[in-house]
Amino acid sequence: MKAIHNLIQSVKPHFEEGGKLSRFWVVFDSLETFAFTPGHVTSSGAHVRDSIDLKRTMFLVIVAMIPCLLFGMWNIGHQYHLSLGQSSDLLANVLVGAWKVIPLIVVSYGVGLGIEFLFAGMRGHSINEGYLVSGMLIPLIMPVDVPLWMVALAVAFAVVVAKEVFGGTGMNILNVALTARAFLFFAYPKQLSGEIWIHDVATSKAGGMLVDGYTGATALGHLAGTVGTAASEASAATMSLFADGGMFSLSNCFLGLIPGSVGETSSLACLIGAAILIWTGIGSWRVIASFLAGGLVMGVLFNLIGANAYMTINPVHQVVMGGFMFGMVFMATDPVSAAQTNTGKLWYGFFGGLFSIMIRVFNPAYPEGVMMAILFMNVMAPLIDHYVIEANIKRREKRLTVAAA
Amino acid sequence: MSKTLRIKKGVDIRLAGAPSTECAAAPAPKVVAIQPPDYPGLTPKLAVKAGDAVSVGDALVFDKTFTNVKVASPVAGTVKEVVRGAKRRIMAVVVEAAGEEKHRDFGVWNGGGRDALVAHLAEAGMFAAFRQRPFDVLANPADTPRAIYVSGFDSSPMAASTSVVVEGQMDHLQRGIDALAELAGAGGVHVGLQAGDSALGGLKNCKTTAFQGPHPAGNVGVQIHHTAPINKGEVLWTLGLQDAINLGALLNTGKYSARRVVAACGSEMDTPRHLETVVGAKLADLGLKVHDGARVISGSVLTGTNAGMEGHLGAFATQVVALPEGHDPKFMLTEGWLSPGLNKFSASRAYPTWLMPKGKTYTLDTNQNGEDRAFVVSGQYEAVFPFDIYPVHLVKSIMVNDIDAMEKLGIYEVAPEDFALCEFVCTSKIPVQSLVREGLDALKVELG
Repeated sequence: MKAIHNLIQSVKPHFEEGGKLSRFWVVFDSLETFAFTPGHVTSSGAHVRDSIDLKRTMFLVIVAMIPCLLFGMWNIGHQYHLSLGQSSDLLANVLVGAWKVIPLIVVSYGVGLGIEFLFAGMRGHSINEGYLVSGMLIPLIMPVDVPLWMVALAVAFAVVVAKEVFGGTGMNILNVALTARAFLFFAYPKQLSGEIWIHDVATSKAGGMLVDGYTGATALGHLAGTVGTAASEASAATMSLFADGGMFSLSNCFLGLIPGSVGETSSLACLIGAAILIWTGIGSWRVIASFLAGGLVMGVLFNLIGANAYMTINPVHQVVMGGFMFGMVFMATDPVSAAQTNTGKLWYGFFGGLFSIMIRVFNPAYPEGVMMAILFMNVMAPLIDHYVIEANIKRREKRLTVAAA
Repeated sequence: MSKTLRIKKGVDIRLAGAPSTECAAAPAPKVVAIQPPDYPGLTPKLAVKAGDAVSVGDALVFDKTFTNVKVASPVAGTVKEVVRGAKRRIMAVVVEAAGEEKHRDFGVWNGGGRDALVAHLAEAGMFAAFRQRPFDVLANPADTPRAIYVSGFDSSPMAASTSVVVEGQMDHLQRGIDALAELAGAGGVHVGLQAGDSALGGLKNCKTTAFQGPHPAGNVGVQIHHTAPINKGEVLWTLGLQDAINLGALLNTGKYSARRVVAACGSEMDTPRHLETVVGAKLADLGLKVHDGARVISGSVLTGTNAGMEGHLGAFATQVVALPEGHDPKFMLTEGWLSPGLNKFSASRAYPTWLMPKGKTYTLDTNQNGEDRAFVVSGQYEAVFPFDIYPVHLVKSIMVNDIDAMEKLGIYEVAPEDFALCEFVCTSKIPVQSLVREGLDALKVELG
């Protein structure tokens, strides 16, 4: 450690004001503070400070994502071999997955951090840790076969438009990772639907190697096709996929043995992440619990209406499909774009979950309702907080009139 | 029997070096200083000049607005110098002690009505210890406060023990409380007690409420909020427990008393214990044994000032804390943000503090433990802020200097010290206490 510290200190003069490399000060500073918590001592106010800092916070979120990441890698290989009807082992599955996922991560961090460094250099502030999480979230919500240039473009758009124009980490209104996803969704709708959810499924299909029944569509993609027909007329073949033993059975959806975005398929992995976030207190249990409640309530309501086959799906089955769980655990809990007040978080989460299921069923053009729902609630969060705080102000005013009376 | 209120929000920072219940008399200080910046809201005017001889109780400075409010000399001796800061602001009036007991005689108080009592206290330098809410500034002697609040215990880390502080002083304290009852309006005097501590059990002529729970349960602001919160337009006075004792001593004996029992504590202090001294004593004169390179704080670790051994005990300080300085960078894997952090203290659950035995104490240094950031994490302040107020939104309204929003969000009820724990737990290391002070000052100027 001493050696590392000495090395850093020995090159430091080059990066300081007047040094040859002073324009790269931001890069140097972020690497130095990454390796060593600086020796800043308190100068005003409390003399001692809590050990927590933003690096620790963000690091714990990344730890919570690891189950999703590892399972996602494995599942890419699993789905690939399944689509070809081949049997495979753990290693082969993970290798296929790593082959697809690592480039995604590299592009996401490379482009995102590059832009962050650029803005930090321009504005003369230090790099914030926010992108460490966004940069890992973005690969996890991408379809497997998304072209890397699209990812780069989406990351650039999200970091600049969703975050930096508002002032950087802590100032954004929309969740950065979801903005990247939404950008792709609206900019490249054609490329982002169809056969990109399983690695190489298009090639396999062309080569006639695909197993019968495999279309490469996600659970929500299949279900979107049933909307508009009465429940009784719904394609029996589609719905049988969701019955016990079908490709999208409850247990398959819960465990995540289905096609989908890289990290979103396994509700189990998401729930492990949720446990880590709640256990460490980094993620708000209020948001997570109310989001789940909102989704289940909407599912039950749809069951009662039962206007089409999609509505008749068991609420528990609804919430373990698609990106609902992933969005609930990692997107809705983003403290910057969520509601800030404790009461507000409950409303924010509840309506987020409610709208997620509502959008996916009502609007088959958006098979992934959770993205739209959370972005919408991001926009609504300040309004929710406004009413919560207004109630607090009213309470105080009422006390005044009682005292005056 | 008073009722007990449970304060759930807050955190006890379990620091190593808490004082024992032993109380020793510190050596008489050779140099004492009155530091006007300790009194928020007081604009000092000099009542003496360098070279003047003063007795205990002689005025050193008086307030520019309330000219009868004086700050008295804690010792007899000679005015050595007047220390001035930027814009010739008076930072300290230093008195060299002559080593003799020479008191100005104010006469034993035998009653005479409220106005005369106020004048008596102001003349004897005792009124300067009163603070008013809102704004947490020097009280206006012309006001009649709705009530006067005294917190009967200090809940901050390693605080002085109430039973040690009041030992042998109950007569003076009761006399002080009686006088406060005469000064207070309809709300009377309120003393906040620590649940389960009977040291102040016998007090009469006041309302008492017992408080149970972590810091900041001992903050007078919290006690006000949970008994009878301040509304806009109301004025309350607050007084420290030790100042209430000194007030009683003045009335009982006719002599100004600047007695202070302080907890000399912290991980860098040898034999942490209680010491009896006077307000403004030079810390180097107290016979403290402090480890090399330590930061010596006058006041608590949350609200005190970095005085150093050459500095003086603050006007409202009841602790002298020695902490290790945290100048050493911390490598990420061993001590930094990626470390297991078994010896780190955190109110959050990001470090394993919450899994450790409750009795474990921690040695915290003065490192900021992270860099300045914008607000990112939410819900953190609320967990340590036992008010029905949204702390982050209040702080943000202060940042943008929105007077109207500050008023609506409840700034009248708070003092900077109430936000000390918010500052402690903040992930983004926002200087909350100084922001709140700025907000209070801005509002006071606005309201005239």
